[in-house]
This record gives sequence, structure tokens and C-alpha cells, in this order.
Amino acid sequence: MIITRPREWARIKKNLDDIGAKSVFIMGCGQCATVANTGGEPEILAAKAALEADGREVSGWAVGEVACHLGGTKLTARKNVGSIDAADAVLVLTCGAGVQTVADSVSKPVFPGLESVFLGNVIRHGEFEERCQMCGDCVLDATAGICPVTTCPKGLLNGPCGGMWDGMCEVLTDRECTHVRIQRRLAEQGRGASGALPPKDFSKKLKPGSVNLRPDRGRKGSKGGAGR
Amino acid sequence: MSRLRDALDRGEFVITGEVAPPLGTNMTSMDASVAELGPLCHALNVTDNQGATLHLSSLAASRAVADAGFEPIFQQTCRDRNRLALQSDLLAAWTLGLENVLVVTGDAPRGGDHPHARGVFDLDSSQLIEIAAGMNDGHDMIGRDLDGGTDFLIGAAAFPEAEPWEAQYARISRKIEAGARFFQTQAIFDIDKFARTADAVAPTGAKLIAGVLLLKSPRVIDFINNRLAGLMIPDHVADRIRTAADPAEEAVQLAIEQVRALREVADGVHIMPLGMDTSVRRILESADLI
Repeated sequence: MIITRPREWARIKKNLDDIGAKSVFIMGCGQCATVANTGGEPEILAAKAALEADGREVSGWAVGEVACHLGGTKLTARKNVGSIDAADAVLVLTCGAGVQTVADSVSKPVFPGLESVFLGNVIRHGEFEERCQMCGDCVLDATAGICPVTTCPKGLLNGPCGGMWDGMCEVLTDRECTHVRIQRRLAEQGRGASGALPPKDFSKKLKPGSVNLRPDRGRKGSKGGAGR
Repeated sequence: MSRLRDALDRGEFVITGEVAPPLGTNMTSMDASVAELGPLCHALNVTDNQGATLHLSSLAASRAVADAGFEPIFQQTCRDRNRLALQSDLLAAWTLGLENVLVVTGDAPRGGDHPHARGVFDLDSSQLIEIAAGMNDGHDMIGRDLDGGTDFLIGAAAFPEAEPWEAQYARISRKIEAGARFFQTQAIFDIDKFARTADAVAPTGAKLIAGVLLLKSPRVIDFINNRLAGLMIPDHVADRIRTAADPAEEAVQLAIEQVRALREVADGVHIMPLGMDTSVRRILESADLI
């Protein structure tokens, strides 16, 4: 899931002040931001109270089922057309993908209410860790299911680096070195070290990513992008 | 022709030192270090934004060492440049007459003076070693022929005291496979651990140059233990400096003992003076190296 955290309130306030927004519509997301406790109903109500304490009116709010789904978000916007029309701005408590989807679905100025931080594994409720950067060029076959691109702070494919000490990471000193973990797990599984991994192919991760599983119905002239 | 390569090939016990380029364009301080250490060493390492803190480039500073009549070891970290820039700088180094290169990963930016910088790490050190070795064979990393190649003596870093040994051994082996011909190590305080590394490296023909760090004061020890990655000064060494009446003199005596001991097991010593440039001559003389 996409992990988000609250954006500094002062920045949100400045965004709204800059366009003189008196009335605000708030949009959340029923998926990741709800699980991350950043953009579900409780957080929307907290944002509503904060906006009202700032002297603004909240014209309405909605928790979209999946904020990054364009069709669904347009539907949510249509259902709330009256209160969105009454607002000067829409504050979106979702990841950046959701913010852009909302911006494509309403004609009002849209502002992010969260910071999108990473694609997260849910370790347990309320505890998330980044394990995959979606690089498009997976090395987990060679690294015993532990991603060095993501979990080594330097993203080194081959390690450990010279900062490792007593098996611990140089940068995150309370964590075990990813490369030490990889080598231990490979050994435990009776797999020898895989030899040096070659330099990463960053062309597999050209921005912006695009996948179209419906080429016959895709946009005319679409050439696709990374991920193909 | 690299004098360092000649000396290593001859089996001579080599001495390398280290100088830091300035933060700025005034070379006076580095020139003074070069003048002090150059005549004592086979070659001088020129650091590359060491500790992830901004300094004048190792490329230009290495050339300055050569201009002063001494032999530089051009250090290149993977932290600040992508594969295009690293290869381009390697080619530049060769045209500038820099024949020795030490390839290292580099400290993460967040520990340095520009903590908001993006660490590049497009390549890691073993990959860059392989690329430099490829340039020696006349091609770039994608296999295109170079119009004029290189003949670098390629070095790498080794960390004999950082456990677990299995991880260090695998890393050293990969660097040798990639084309490293010599290693300069992190500071050595445990001769047994160094000997373990020497035994692993010797059969490959690669050379192992042992790091010696001059611990001028308790403050330097605190800095290393708290701020420098990949090294902890053992308590018995730290206590010896901390309780000494004259810590700087004690550091010299310690270094003399270390150099003497390392002479038996290493292919050379790499002296990191940490501000004690003017003591290096006495250390080397007392250890009967010069």
C-alpha cells in the first residue's frame, strides 16, 4: 500500500490563504490512506475541525472508495457536486496519485493534505516499512528475497559497504546491514553467494510509468512507457 | 609508469599517505601536506569529498600532487556521480596522467555537510572496479571500443576488522574478481584480523596495504567512534591515548608499534595522519622504513 503522512498544517494553510479560500471541500480515500490513519473518516473530521478553527467553512467531505481510480473519483465528485461547487478549494487527504485524480475530476483548485512517502509493507497494524521501490528490474531472485535496492540506504546491489560494523548498517545504525542479511539467508538456504550483480538497468524505470492492458481500447497514438 | 605498481610488483613494502583537497581554491594547506608526505611515500591518496563533505575535486587535486612531483592515487567514490560521469572522469584522469585509482562506495550524504543531497550510488564499488578494468582492456562499460584506453592500477578498500568476516571475505573476493590489484584497508588495530585478510588475499596476487590512523587526541577518538562509519577504536587503544600525559606523542609511539607489526604481514602501510603530517617522518624512521 501507499504510505502517507500528514503534511505540515502551515503549508496547507498557506496554500488556502494564497487563493483566499474561505470554503473547503475535503476528500479522503477508503484504501491506503484509511489504513494508514491519514485520510479516512476520523482524519477528515480532524481536518474539518482544524479548518473551522482557522475560520474557514467546510462545505462537505467524502471518502472516495479508491481515490486513485479515475472513474470512481469522478463518480464521487458528481455525487457531491453541490458542496464542491460551493467550495473555493478541495483539500485531498490521499497519496499524490489520489490528489491528481481528484484534480482531474473537479474544476476547483486542489491541494494535497498528505505527503506520500513510500510503497509500504504492513508489518502489523499501524507499522509500515518500505521493502520495494518498484524499480522494474527485480533482483530478489539473487538476493534471497531481500531487496538491496530499497533496504540498503545506499541502494547498493553489492555490499556490504565500508560503513558496516558488527553486521550493522552505517546509515541506519539500529538496523542490520541488508547485505549481511542477504548473505546469511542465502547460506541458510544452501545457496552460494550469487557473484557480483551487474549495474542496474534504469531504463526499466523510465518516468512516467504506463501500462495499458487494453491496447485495442487505449488512447489513439499511445506509445506506452516504462513497465512494458 | 606507476611507481606504486612497480614497487608492489617488486614486492617492496610500500608506503602511502593521504591528503585532503581544500574546501575552496586555496591549495596552500594541501600543498604543505604534499610537501611533507610526498617525499616519504610511494604515492598519496587524494580523497574525494571525504565524509560526504564538500571539497575541491580529487581529479584536479590529484593533478596538483603530480605537478608537485609526487604520485597521486586518484580516489573516486560512487556517491556523487552516475555511470556516465564516473567513466568520463576515469578517462579524464588517464589523460591527466593519473595512473593509480582507488574506487570506493563513499559515505552516505546524510552524515556529511550536505545532508539534503541525493546519494547517487548508480554503481557500487565492485561494479566501478570492473568498469575501470574494462577501460584498461580498451572498452567502456557497454562494450564500445575506446579511442585510446587506459592502464590504471586499480585499488579498492578493505575492512579487515568489520565483522562478520564471511561478508568481508565475499566482498574482497568480488573486488578482486572485478579487477582490484591492491587494497588499502581501514585502520588496523587487531593484527590477527589483518592476518586473516592477508591470508585470503595473498593467493590472488592482489596486494594489501594496511591502514594506520594517527590518533592525536581523545577528541579524534570520539570523532571516529561517534561520526566515522565502519570503524571503532578498541578500548585498550582509546584508553592508552586518553590516559597519556602527551596524547600526540603516545599516538606516534602507537603508530610506530603498529607499523613494525604490520611490516611482518602486510604489503605496505597507508598512513592517515589526521593533522599529524609532521610526525609521519619520525614514525617511518623509527619503524626502520626510511
